[in-house]
Amino acid sequence: MPVVKSKIEEARNVKKEGRFSIIKKFINKVIGSLFKEKKHVKLGLYGPPNGGKTTLANRICKDWLGEEMGTVSAIPHETREIQIKEQINIKSGNKELSFNLIDTPGIATKIDYEDFVKKGMKKAMAKKRAKEATKGVIDAIKWLDDMDAVLVVIDATKDPYTQVNITIIGNLVARNIPVLIVGNKVDLRKADIKRIEAAFPQYDVIGISAKFGKNIDKLYEALFVLVD
Amino acid sequence: MSLTLQFIPYTEIEDLSSLGRIKKLLKMAKENKIVLLEGRLKKEEEAELIKTTMEEINDEFKGIELGVIYPGKGEGDFVKRIKSSFVEMLLGNRMGITIIGPASIVKEIKKDPNKIELYTQSPPAKSKKKKR
Repeated sequence: MPVVKSKIEEARNVKKEGRFSIIKKFINKVIGSLFKEKKHVKLGLYGPPNGGKTTLANRICKDWLGEEMGTVSAIPHETREIQIKEQINIKSGNKELSFNLIDTPGIATKIDYEDFVKKGMKKAMAKKRAKEATKGVIDAIKWLDDMDAVLVVIDATKDPYTQVNITIIGNLVARNIPVLIVGNKVDLRKADIKRIEAAFPQYDVIGISAKFGKNIDKLYEALFVLVD
Repeated sequence: MSLTLQFIPYTEIEDLSSLGRIKKLLKMAKENKIVLLEGRLKKEEEAELIKTTMEEINDEFKGIELGVIYPGKGEGDFVKRIKSSFVEMLLGNRMGITIIGPASIVKEIKKDPNKIELYTQSPPAKSKKKKR
């Protein structure tokens, strides 16, 4: 009898172990896939118009893919559609990070075609640009939910304490999306990173020049921390 | 040029849906009124307000200027911080003030945590009539 009992117990243990290994495999698979997903994140560039989002996107793409992403212009609302560059792999030391870069149109509360006319555009073109720009803002807001991490790109020469910046950051926080504030254009004399830090003391701020690549390595290092 | 400032107590929007609040505020801004709302919208509602504003922009309506002033989370000693947290818990979104103005009238809203400066558009210069 004891032999039979022990055999039954042994069989039970084997069954238990089998079940355990299936569960273990399942957990490993889920964690593995999560881990994989986490290392392949959707990184969004958000901010007001003319902060340098596309210039930064171009810098990142040129550094890691050898090609640019979009056109830049001194006239606001040059980027009027969501632009996506897939599978950018960046390296820092032994670490590697793969992400899809999403460049979004600048978020504004007002768009007046006459502002474009003042910059030298013809009325019909200016109206078309304004129409496309409004759609771009709507799309940028809609895409907020899809981001895994966001760089809020702010022109460091301008007052950072604007409602648009506060609303963007507030919405990212409300959605539990990690945020890094990027003060761009530090190559300009008027740039003031301390002013951005004072306006948003609870967030990490990094000062860069996307145009000239200043501090860009620091930004890449910060990305690993952001999406970790 | 005259300006109309419309005060909206929080009780007037309290029971409205998010969309209802946004429509109400935007309607007033489109009537060229500067809205002074007691309290503030939720962050998601602010984004939705921008989105809805964009949908309504046309040759006449150029958008809005938006500013929210909100007292910080109690600075100073422990008692003050507890007091302000308690007030925040009781009042929630009723605290602070929101200003929404049509972009055709309000050029810029500058703010720091405790102050809002509102710059209006200068009226178009009148053309001089030539004397004959």
